[in-house]
Amino acid sequence: MAERITLRTIWFDRRGRGYLLQLIVLLLVAVFFAVITSNTIANLQKAGLTSGFGFLGDQAFFDINQRLIDYTSQSSFGRALIVGLLNTVLVSSLGIITATLIGFFAGILRLSNNWLVSRLVTGYVEITRNVPLLLQIIFWWAILTSLPRVRESIPFLGSFLLNNRGLRAPSPNFESPFLWVFITLILCSIVTVAISIWSRRRQKLTGKTFPITLAGVFLLIIIPLFVYYGLGQPINWDIPERTRFNFRGGFNITPELLALWIALATYTGAFISEIVRAGVLSVSTGQSEAAFSLGLRKNHTMRLIVIPQALRVIIPPLTSQYLNLTKNSSLAIAIGYQDLVSIGGTILNQSGHALEVVAIWMVVYLSLSLATSAFMNWYNKRISLVER
Amino acid sequence: MMAAVDNYKKSRPPPAASAGVIGWCRQNLFSSFSNTILTLVSFYLLALAIPAFLDWAFFSSQISGNTRFDCKVEGACWAWVDQRFGQFLFGFYPEGERWRVILAFVLLFPALIPWVTQDLPGQRYLRWFSVAYPAIATILLAGGLGLREVPTDKFGGFMLNLIVGLSGIVLSLPVGILLALGRQSKLPLIRWLSIGFIEAIRGVPLITLLFVSNILLPIFLPPDMTLDSIIRVIIMVTAFASAYMAEVIRGGLQAIPSGQIEAAHAMGLNYWKSMRLIVLPQALRISIPGIVNTFIGLFKDTTLVIVIGLFDILGIANAMVSNPDWLGLSTETYVFVAVFFFAVCFSMSRYSMWLERRLGKQRH
Repeated sequence: MAERITLRTIWFDRRGRGYLLQLIVLLLVAVFFAVITSNTIANLQKAGLTSGFGFLGDQAFFDINQRLIDYTSQSSFGRALIVGLLNTVLVSSLGIITATLIGFFAGILRLSNNWLVSRLVTGYVEITRNVPLLLQIIFWWAILTSLPRVRESIPFLGSFLLNNRGLRAPSPNFESPFLWVFITLILCSIVTVAISIWSRRRQKLTGKTFPITLAGVFLLIIIPLFVYYGLGQPINWDIPERTRFNFRGGFNITPELLALWIALATYTGAFISEIVRAGVLSVSTGQSEAAFSLGLRKNHTMRLIVIPQALRVIIPPLTSQYLNLTKNSSLAIAIGYQDLVSIGGTILNQSGHALEVVAIWMVVYLSLSLATSAFMNWYNKRISLVER
Repeated sequence: MMAAVDNYKKSRPPPAASAGVIGWCRQNLFSSFSNTILTLVSFYLLALAIPAFLDWAFFSSQISGNTRFDCKVEGACWAWVDQRFGQFLFGFYPEGERWRVILAFVLLFPALIPWVTQDLPGQRYLRWFSVAYPAIATILLAGGLGLREVPTDKFGGFMLNLIVGLSGIVLSLPVGILLALGRQSKLPLIRWLSIGFIEAIRGVPLITLLFVSNILLPIFLPPDMTLDSIIRVIIMVTAFASAYMAEVIRGGLQAIPSGQIEAAHAMGLNYWKSMRLIVLPQALRISIPGIVNTFIGLFKDTTLVIVIGLFDILGIANAMVSNPDWLGLSTETYVFVAVFFFAVCFSMSRYSMWLERRLGKQRH
């Protein structure tokens, strides 16, 4: 006896109701997008704007002083965006490296049993975490741009010079024999990897250990240094010299890049230190006590027992901090560091192609974050405890 | 047997070197060679930094004067505070009407009470007041009902940070709950839409969303419709915060054992009832610390509105730093603003830590 299917029977059937609900939501979403699209088309027509990515080939007419690849005001919008993307990558990678160093250092110092040191680090962490990053960026930038003029540059660390146009640093010039140093370095790395694989295998089979750290230092530092000096120091440092109004030699880091770098590194470093602290604390003391009772020495306990378990807790939030840092680098626009968002904003104002520029931003940042979360999922799967 | 107990000797006091101030210092500052060095280095740094800062901020500072040129001291020049304090708080809000902002701010606290505690007399009326508060605050701030109208482009200063931050967090709470439920829904379409929204918002910087609010939202609206710029900002900030809120609440939902929802179903409650009466009250309570942390993050991010030309407290500070009368006082100005934010954010983060500890105690 087949029942007649009416709206009523669908509503009181669990699956039927599910389908109906989804259909309604789908319709609502479709209507929402249809309204937005039609409004957009109407508005663009009213403003006499065209859409499409063809404008990326047009000439940009504006200058970018911070650039990693060749660019002039005759270059295209597309090239300008690539310059911006590279600037984002530059400041993010500098920031990530420094923030990780600061974060691990501060996190471990905060766990120190020295009361004064742990309080000092706590002060740093609380101050940087509770003040807006944008304010910190602008603050550092204001300080760096109010430094003495070029003529009264502050020298430090030997050949660095600091002034209101940024940091002047010596730049290396590689001469052709340096190629050999480079080749030695690569060969030694391969040998080191091979030795470490061999020693691990031997340790598993026979229990004999091999002084792998010592061998690594010898192969990776001493031999290349030997080759470097043997070839007569083939790096020629170009040390900045003050001339009457400017500098000769060396390369310049702009105050914008420097301010952004310092602010991002100290801000994210504070967050990372919290993550590191939580990670180390998450390994229960029973673990290290058990390791001691097995006869492991303190550094072995740290390296073989505590750190691997702490890393399991540390890595996932750490990657999301890296992602935050990359996204936060877009605050560059406030001090005029020309990153992807800042250059995109200029293009948006010049060409009026708001939709396309915003789409490019979204695609770039989204692919970065999706790649990061893909890595995180892979890593989580690899290191997660296999539970019964 | 009692006599035997009486025969115990009184325990001797610990050696002087391990008790009291000396013992504490030995244990916490000089326990080993490396620790001693660390302590001395820290003391040295503090001895350099603290007197220098105090001297700059207080002892050698000046608090009176009309322009920076009146400041003849080595230290900080706080002369501008007297003139500009109102602007830092209220932006360009007309001076005669500023009592309205203060009143709206004061009324915020009774409106918050029903969310913090449940055992106060007159609780029911407070709840109604809490529901009506957004409308009351809007009328107080923007005008209407006999109050003079104040256009929103006069809003600014710390008040703007509070308006954007508070509306963002309050509006994002319901949206975030729906998104979190949607992400766990068994209906694939709803689940995928929620995941798509959450990940898309979390994947991009807030600045790009503010650009969307400023440039794209007017394009998306019907050609003859305009929307106030602060409302546009609040819309995008809400979208931004609700994605983060959804993840915080999802964490809370996942911590509720599935037995709870099974029991609710067994009692004959349907999906919405079991969520509203059983699951969400427990999940939200667990997520309160996370919600407070989201609010701290959002509140700090409200300074980003300067990028689209609004004058929040940081915008006012920037304007003042480039004012010829006060040129070059950037350190003073930014330290002043930083103190404001630090006071608010630090106390909130302590509150959230206290809540977390209390929750931890309750569960065991």
